[in-house]
Amino acid sequence: MADVVLRGRAHRFEPNDDINTDYIISGRYKFKIDDMNELAKHVMEDIAPGFASKVEPGDVIVAGRNFGCGSSREQAPRALKAAGVSAVLAKSYARIFYRNSFNIGLPVIECDTDWIVDGDAMLIDLEKGKVTSETSGRQTTFSHLPKTMRVLLNDGGLIPHLRKHGGFSFD
Amino acid sequence: MGKTITEKVLSKHSETDCHAGDIVVASVDFCMAQDGTSKLMIEALAALGFTTPKPLRGAAIVLDHSSPSPSAEVSRIHSVIKDFSAKHAIELHDVGEGVCHQVVPESGMVLPGDLVVGADSHTCTYGALNACSTGMGSADVAAAVHTGKLWFRTPEALKVDISGGFTDRVGAKDLILRLVGDVRADGATYKSVEFSGETLPSIGMDGRMTISNMVVEMGAKFGPFPFDAVTSSWYASIGLSPTTGVTADDDASYVRTIDVDASDLVPKVARPDRVDNVCDVSECAGTDIDQVFLGTCTNGRLSDLAAAADILKGRRVKKGLRLIVAPASRSVLMGSMEAGIAGQLLAAGAVFVSPGCGPCVGTHAGVPSDGERVLSTANRNFSGRMGNNNDVEIYLASPETAAATALEGRITNPREV
Repeated sequence: MADVVLRGRAHRFEPNDDINTDYIISGRYKFKIDDMNELAKHVMEDIAPGFASKVEPGDVIVAGRNFGCGSSREQAPRALKAAGVSAVLAKSYARIFYRNSFNIGLPVIECDTDWIVDGDAMLIDLEKGKVTSETSGRQTTFSHLPKTMRVLLNDGGLIPHLRKHGGFSFD
Repeated sequence: MGKTITEKVLSKHSETDCHAGDIVVASVDFCMAQDGTSKLMIEALAALGFTTPKPLRGAAIVLDHSSPSPSAEVSRIHSVIKDFSAKHAIELHDVGEGVCHQVVPESGMVLPGDLVVGADSHTCTYGALNACSTGMGSADVAAAVHTGKLWFRTPEALKVDISGGFTDRVGAKDLILRLVGDVRADGATYKSVEFSGETLPSIGMDGRMTISNMVVEMGAKFGPFPFDAVTSSWYASIGLSPTTGVTADDDASYVRTIDVDASDLVPKVARPDRVDNVCDVSECAGTDIDQVFLGTCTNGRLSDLAAAADILKGRRVKKGLRLIVAPASRSVLMGSMEAGIAGQLLAAGAVFVSPGCGPCVGTHAGVPSDGERVLSTANRNFSGRMGNNNDVEIYLASPETAAATALEGRITNPREV
């Protein structure tokens, strides 16, 4: 079962909308490196040099619209997770990135993010559907995830789900 | 209530009566992956105790993104993929066969009405073949290869109705760039973009693939064309004769309909570094360009090379500019040789690289230098996309605009050369 309450610092980027998978992890690395911990050293470096050395376990990425657009590379959410990112908060996601994240067990949450300031101490309650900044005291809610996604997260991702049930089991 | 192409394909494959919004588990007809995504898929398959592919027509891996290999690291990944494919009855398309989204259609493994997933975001290209086809991550594709099934949320559909005739040196790429510019990068997220209208008979299969290829640049999941005479004659050209496909019901429900009059279109360009940053060529004409790239799963097909050669034949590309050509497949390369197109491009100064992805994704063969500007017929222009993030700017346009730009050394309207 994935942790229900997540805590970490907020990281915001410029641009905030349409952060694509090339920015998350550049295509020039994905062919050379297949160790996720090595790949994690290069996350976000094209738009936020030094991010990989700043990010701490549990930290949260905060973005605007269409986070993760572009390629289908699953290395994008995997490298974020390997870098220590515990969740992504964005106004919307590109669909392949969204699926990939649940498949590898990274919670990605769709909610208003304009009010979150870079560096805020964030608290995310997946069960209650609440995102809080412990720095500003502000809060927002998000709608309950579809059952398919909840089942996948609970099982630790798609492959563990299939191993556990011997096939798809969402009922 | 009537159904869209998408609802019909997902209903049939899930054996349910599904409509937009329904989540279904559906059987998948075919799966593909490429050299950049296969390693993770193979690891996932190993964890599942995989033996042989379960989709109706199996699975294929294409070595195209970094091919021939530029380094020992990539060569080792290619070796792992080759060994795994041989052991598990996965069709391998080796180095030099071409870019996956041309090689797979040519192989005849995708048929009208199919449901296909691939570990490459431009798998939506097979929408041109009247399939519901989409890109997914390696774990999803592994799940489909292993079980023959996958879960899908039935997407709402957006209808693009195309009327009017294309004018001189304007075509499918200009149409899809205009759509991406209007709809924006996330305007069709989670949706299926279905094409229709009186102009479809004049859009050949190469042009349809250009259009379906780029629906993901508006966030879309599928980009199906209806089954028609263009579809059946294209299948005849690869020795197949599917007789039925899927068409939308007249009373199908769409979230939005976009009307495009092809006769109004002019050559379009996507400026750095967003695919939806689209303008008329006149607005950026004159911008100096260091490298022109003709190729990719968007525009590396025979009619694309022919359109460029029609402008470049008997002339020379601007001194100092590199024109790199990557034919989409070996058969495209051979076809261009037989038709004299390859010779015309070479005589004009083009550099041919292996059939495959070429410099599109920056892993080999044509990485630009610091501060250079590239005009490419590809589908993405993100910063760093072509392997160098030091002030490299990428413009996207049609093969015609690429050829005219190569001649002049600056962005040029193909109607003015």
